[in-house]
Amino acid sequence: MFTLGPLGFLSPWLLWGLIALPVLWILLRAVPPAPIRRRFPGVALLLGLRDDDAETDKTPWWLLLLRMLAVAAVIIGFAGPILNPEQKPAGSGPLLVVLDGGWADARDWARRVERAGTILQEAGRDGRTVAVIRLTDTPQEVEFQTADAWAGRVAAMQPQPWAPRHLEDWAEKLPAESFDTVWLSDGLVHDGREALAAVFQDKGALSVIESPRPLLALRPAGFKDGKVVVRASRLPAGDPVEVEVVGRGPDPAGITRELARTTISFAAGMTEAEAVMDMPPELRNRVVRFEIEGLRNAGAVSLTDDSLKRRKVALIGPGAAQEGLQLLSPTHYLRQALTPVADLIEGSVTDAVLAGPDVVILADVARLAPAEETALEDWVSKGGLLLRFAGPRMAASDVSRAQEDPLMPVRLREGGRTVGGAMSWGEPKKLAPFPETSPFFGLHIPDDVQVNEQILAQPDPDLAERTIAALEDGTPLVTRKALGEGSVVLVHVTANAEWSSLPLSGLFVQMLERLAVSTRPATPEAADLDGQVWVPETVLDVWGEEQDAGKIAGVEGGVLAKAIAEGPGPDQPPGLYAGQDRRVAVNVLGAEIELKAAVWPADVPVEGLAAAPERSLKGGFLTAALSFLLLDILAALFVAGRLTGFGRAAAALALAVFALGAAPGGAAFAQETAPTAAPEGPKPGDDFAIQATSAVVLAHVLTGDATVDDMAQAGLRGLGDRLWERTAIEPAEPMAVDIEKDELAFFPFLYWPVTASMPTPSDAAYQKLNQYLRTGGMILFDTRDADVSAFGGSTPESDALQRIASGLDIPALEQIPGDHVLTRSFYLIQEFPGRYSQGSLWVEAAPADAAAEEGVPFRNLNDGVTPVVIGGNDWASAWATDENGVAMLPVGRGFAGERQREISYRFGINLIMHVLTGNYKSDQVHVPALLERLGQ
Amino acid sequence: MSLELQARAEALGQTLPPLLAEAEMLAATVMLGEHGRRRAGLGDEFWQYRPAHQGDSARMIDWRRSARSDAHFVREREWQAAQSVTLWVDPSRSMQFASTKMPTKSDRARLIALALAVLLLRGGERVGLAGLALPRSGRSQIVRLAARLAGEVDAAEYGAPLAEGMVSHGRAVFVSDFLGDLAGVETALARASDRGVRGALLQVLDPAEEEFPFDGRTIFESMGGTLRHETQKAGELRDRYLARLAERKDRLATLARAVGWHYSTHHTASPAQVPLLWLYQALERGR
Repeated sequence: MFTLGPLGFLSPWLLWGLIALPVLWILLRAVPPAPIRRRFPGVALLLGLRDDDAETDKTPWWLLLLRMLAVAAVIIGFAGPILNPEQKPAGSGPLLVVLDGGWADARDWARRVERAGTILQEAGRDGRTVAVIRLTDTPQEVEFQTADAWAGRVAAMQPQPWAPRHLEDWAEKLPAESFDTVWLSDGLVHDGREALAAVFQDKGALSVIESPRPLLALRPAGFKDGKVVVRASRLPAGDPVEVEVVGRGPDPAGITRELARTTISFAAGMTEAEAVMDMPPELRNRVVRFEIEGLRNAGAVSLTDDSLKRRKVALIGPGAAQEGLQLLSPTHYLRQALTPVADLIEGSVTDAVLAGPDVVILADVARLAPAEETALEDWVSKGGLLLRFAGPRMAASDVSRAQEDPLMPVRLREGGRTVGGAMSWGEPKKLAPFPETSPFFGLHIPDDVQVNEQILAQPDPDLAERTIAALEDGTPLVTRKALGEGSVVLVHVTANAEWSSLPLSGLFVQMLERLAVSTRPATPEAADLDGQVWVPETVLDVWGEEQDAGKIAGVEGGVLAKAIAEGPGPDQPPGLYAGQDRRVAVNVLGAEIELKAAVWPADVPVEGLAAAPERSLKGGFLTAALSFLLLDILAALFVAGRLTGFGRAAAALALAVFALGAAPGGAAFAQETAPTAAPEGPKPGDDFAIQATSAVVLAHVLTGDATVDDMAQAGLRGLGDRLWERTAIEPAEPMAVDIEKDELAFFPFLYWPVTASMPTPSDAAYQKLNQYLRTGGMILFDTRDADVSAFGGSTPESDALQRIASGLDIPALEQIPGDHVLTRSFYLIQEFPGRYSQGSLWVEAAPADAAAEEGVPFRNLNDGVTPVVIGGNDWASAWATDENGVAMLPVGRGFAGERQREISYRFGINLIMHVLTGNYKSDQVHVPALLERLGQ
Repeated sequence: MSLELQARAEALGQTLPPLLAEAEMLAATVMLGEHGRRRAGLGDEFWQYRPAHQGDSARMIDWRRSARSDAHFVREREWQAAQSVTLWVDPSRSMQFASTKMPTKSDRARLIALALAVLLLRGGERVGLAGLALPRSGRSQIVRLAARLAGEVDAAEYGAPLAEGMVSHGRAVFVSDFLGDLAGVETALARASDRGVRGALLQVLDPAEEEFPFDGRTIFESMGGTLRHETQKAGELRDRYLARLAERKDRLATLARAVGWHYSTHHTASPAQVPLLWLYQALERGR
């Protein structure tokens, strides 16, 4: 196969034909287009005329070029061009396909599988046996099978939400014979990767395929200065990039929503970046996970656990503030321990309980007011944790002495005990190891923690059960009892260093943490987690979705701590693990794990994931050739002058169609020679406009009430018939107008029967209506209620009219005066009946200064047409005729009724005359004056 | 031979009635009256009563009129004299030309000529065809003229009017495209004016000849194929062609004016009534 860059040719010898092109050029150039023979008697007049220039007896260069291109496309097309021809030598022997299958593969797993499928196909074509392994699996025997057997399994493979580890273990499972290896790597350094690569190289050729796609991962969120800090990593470090990080969690209704959002900006060349999110505690405590928006990858998700939750702790010391050294204050050490990790509330008990704390700490508070006691008891039984510290006050009081106080876990013995003091025998006591049932189990007890004084519990039967920490001699140090849903904990020493050195030690903080009073700092140490079994609650799948953990076994604290530090594994999948009182998140990418790009030995070929598939271009070239030849037909016709008149238009149209639909190659040429575009076709609204403008058309507004609309149509038809019979106005069939959709400008007159149910027009419709009224249109509003509303009453229709007209630009109105032009624009009338005859008519008010001229019975009125006429006489019903011209509805009684109908028609005729002639009849007033002037 | 003759005769029999009918229809669009001489003479129409002179035969006295008075009156009739009109329709091949959807010039020329003949014959004139039929009057002449017109085809590329057969002081009408040599026309007109014949030239042209709507490389051939002209860009010749055509029309008009004839151009795309009416009036005017 002959190749030219990314192009290959199946039959390259055909390309020699291109040499013939210049010859063809000369030949074509020498042969002019064939002439047309015409019989023409006028030739006698042509004899002797010479052509101005004789150049056109040669073919124009662009036509030649077109033909050359066509021929060249044919030659190249038949030479079998292929884009991205496969040129790899076919391998032999078994082939091992290695997939990392870790979380980092999730970014482009589909392409990896596709690529693996391509490799399998090739191997199958070459008759090689294949094995596919996923390094995140536990090592197992590798067996080579046919490619077909593997194809389906590879397609169904999924990556795992952890990174592959202990890769060297695979070396033992590899078969003894030699084989070639293709490693689809995720581009990260993994434990034992180099060793395994060396093994593969020993066995045969190793080639590596790496995705160039950048890898983005989110680290666990932490705290800094009371604000949440989210950190992200990326690989490779490249140009500046911004990623959106979203915090999600349940809203108050329990539906998971986006609660916070921030942007992390990677500087150029940096792999790490962080962003600070300032969230109110209520919001922050609800955040369940942070994720990089738009990535479906477990690495782009970081679950939050208790470390992000800051508890609200009410810290209540003994009554009045004591003067004295701060170090002696009962709450000093508590405050020191809690301030970085919790939100402290200080104040009275009732105030504190109202603030809804998670924990209330009473440091050496003995007596509580009854109200406070009740409030606290309620609060504890609803799930609160009451932590009390002993002290001199408590020792001196008789709280929980004879009877167990509800807010004390045990009964106390009078006084206290001093051990190892100056006045007592014995050494200060140390703490006994925590029992397994204790929440403190697993905590390391420092040697220097000593207890000098304590208060003692009465040896009640359930004392042992309630004791969760004791001294070496077995006296309880911390006791706890459940109260309702909450619990009450009593530490039998003070919260300051007066009675023991416990508050000075780190154990104090850890104990507080285990009691879920405080929360641990970002990364839990092994010691923090030791001694408990952590049961997964939810686990993350590799796509970053939370799944129910189901029956996955719990994990020892130490193992979990390792998983947190080094990353999760098959036995510790990433997710949320619950201990006794706390929850710990294991994220795919721990806070300390570094993302490192894999470096391969120099002799291992590394290629990208994208395998450009072979594409035969033969069809494209031949299509282009055909397009050029088709264009050539038009061009040749054009050159020969046979493209005239209709033919020219058709050719232009064909070219336009060709330019739109043709292959991109042909389009450029088509556009070059296409001079005109296709003519514009009719638009959708044209029919309506033509119908409305071909004659005078009376129109009525569609109300949505079919009966009313039909009656309006019939009424205008009847009025139109009368106009046709009696006047020069010859209106066409009336039309119905939808004021929301239709153009109003075509109609001189709109009849608007008002119905109670008609919706208020939209803003756009109001705009149209006002424009219509301002530019000389007239609307006859007909409430069809015999104008009952005129007497101060109201009808639904008049209400509707008010509602509709409120948005209209209507001038001041008055009842029609006797000298209004409507009374004489065609007929002389003084009343305006429809089906009803009582109602009055409202028109635009005459200007105040209108005055009658000398000897004229009318004022000089209405320099213009009133934009609205409002009445309620139901004119349309009086006018209405059916198709045969017969009146549809009776009016009045007998002859008087027919007279009323006649007057109503006359009103209609006057109205339309007024609409169409404006103030013409008013101006007639001036005729005598004009005549007189002419006579002079 | 006889077969061919028969076929042509049949074709003639088929074309003749339509041509005649068409010509009659066309002629019917022109209203006309007998044109009297405005003086007493031989004729059908009453002209005047005059007192009888000496020498008037008793037979000439109109007794009915004379009875109403004492004198004798003679009834005179208006003198009606028939004109001899000679028509010449160009039979040459160039008249066979027609652009798309148009009648050939020849068709149109014959139609106009025959319609004119119908009109004139109805008006009592004598109508003949130059070189083909002597001027005669009467209805039968129409059929004769129609037959002669339909049968007439010449092999010449361009025709020249025949001056023979023209009656002195008669009228003549030449219908042609006048695209050939104008010398023949000049000669004919000169001979006609020598004999006191006056008349009209009607130039019948096809719209294509008037507009020259051609473009591109073209070989123009005359209808007989004897003349040819080749051009690379026909469109560029248009202006010069039109100038020559205008010049020719001008020359024709000048010629006609010089001998007191009338000249007009007719396009086959326009209706035939117009030139018919014009011809009729031109003959009237020339009287």
